[in-house]
Amino acid sequence: MVRVGVIGLQGDVGEHIEASKRALENLGISGEVIWLRKPRQLEGISAIIIPGGESTTISRLMVKNGLLEPVRKLGEEGIPIMGTCAGLIMLSKEVIGATPEQRFLELLDVKVNRNAYGRQVDSFEAPIKLAFSDEPFPGVFIRAPRIVELLSERVKPIAWLGDRVVGVEQGNLIGLEFHPELTEDTRVHEYFLKKAL
Amino acid sequence: MGKFDVIEAKGTERLKRGFAKMVKGGVIMDVTNAEQARVAEEAGAVSVMALHRVPADIRKAGGVARMAPIEKIQEIMDAVTIPVMAKVRIGHVAEARILEALGVDMIDESEVLTPSDPYFHIDKREFSVPFVCGNRNLGEAVRRIWEGAAMMRTKGEAGTGNIVEAVRHVRLLKDNISLIQRMTDEQVYGVAEKFAEPYLRLAFEVREISGLPKQVLENEPVYGHYTYRDIVEGLYKILLEVKKLGRLPVVNFAAGGVATPADAALMMQMGMDGVFVGSGIFKSSNPEKMARAIVEAVNHWDEPDVLAEISREIGEPMHGQEIDKLEVRLEERGV
Repeated sequence: MVRVGVIGLQGDVGEHIEASKRALENLGISGEVIWLRKPRQLEGISAIIIPGGESTTISRLMVKNGLLEPVRKLGEEGIPIMGTCAGLIMLSKEVIGATPEQRFLELLDVKVNRNAYGRQVDSFEAPIKLAFSDEPFPGVFIRAPRIVELLSERVKPIAWLGDRVVGVEQGNLIGLEFHPELTEDTRVHEYFLKKAL
Repeated sequence: MGKFDVIEAKGTERLKRGFAKMVKGGVIMDVTNAEQARVAEEAGAVSVMALHRVPADIRKAGGVARMAPIEKIQEIMDAVTIPVMAKVRIGHVAEARILEALGVDMIDESEVLTPSDPYFHIDKREFSVPFVCGNRNLGEAVRRIWEGAAMMRTKGEAGTGNIVEAVRHVRLLKDNISLIQRMTDEQVYGVAEKFAEPYLRLAFEVREISGLPKQVLENEPVYGHYTYRDIVEGLYKILLEVKKLGRLPVVNFAAGGVATPADAALMMQMGMDGVFVGSGIFKSSNPEKMARAIVEAVNHWDEPDVLAEISREIGEPMHGQEIDKLEVRLEERGV
């Protein structure tokens, strides 16, 4: 019985909850997926997802709600954490274009450029190549951050747009520029949730 | 052509509605300059609405309220890293094209500004920038969604600091959705026909001027290239989705009259996805504190003890107005 928590302070939380439930069902794993807002809900957690949203807001509320330090600690202890878009920013070691107040988990050895793709008019959909599948994945990029540098050997590319890396994995951690939760395709969620077994 | 070829699609429905999903659980604040925009960003706003005047000042100033000056919107876009929205007059396609070219992240086709078209709203499907529109009830909401709005908000009564109209609009919407869920699909189709009637106003007026009976031809375009039947079918499809989901198929925020953290929490308790705050922040005595408090109230809407703490020492909220004493009812614009 796995217990998946989606950090539910701001952003597309419901979409990740639905995608995770579908992924668990496809994998034939029994488990629950919770809307995670408080540190005490982290007890017994098997996997954590940080959704898309506004990274300045999510950062501020994670600090305010006392979630930043406990989630970082769990990440260091090996609990699987996946971040999409704003969630990728929250996971990253280095962030270009952050506001002075912003705090991050600094778990994933990447440098990202926040809002590197530009404004909403530059948001786009395009097929992505995944390391663990032969079929293209529908990539949805919304005011996305860009992975500009891999900072260690530990971090491995798992998703490409053309020849550019748009998703990475580092042991228990996954960071994606795009939003698998906005599609019907659960391959990425399934790949992530297998880490929780 | 390979299956991994990078072919980018922009301005799709998924990208427009997806953008709206990214602001869920957040507060969008009206700002009139770079300094206010920075206050909003630091307080944790998910986005700012760039305006020439906040609604309370639009009421005071009177006259025609238009799209904000371009240099003002640009100043705000340059000042913050969060998304920037801006308002256009109802039906003003040219203002909307200008804002799209400028690169604002979302356009609010808003009753707060003076309407430019007495018959129609913008056909928002023609744009790649997403739109948010106000509604007072399910009919307005479904019409705006059919026209391509990627996000909804209550109209409330902007600039009053009075939450009563926003509550009215949520109640009307939710009760109507429950009613739809108890109907057969055939009955829902009847509702779609009723909801499509406002699109006939121009055609009927032209008939009246010409001394003809109030009826339109089956193949006659009444809104853009759409016939009345096209519109009914379109609204019916959306209503069936509403029936299935038990809610609107797009993100739905509260707006119009939110003045305190408690107002924001109330709207979240009523099932809204987030909150727009117009005059409520920068017409309060301590905008920094009020902004932070409202952001936190949206986050802790179901925790009264936390709300009590949040609501402490935040200064005076904006001065409020009673709805029956108003000279202009903004919510009545654009059906």
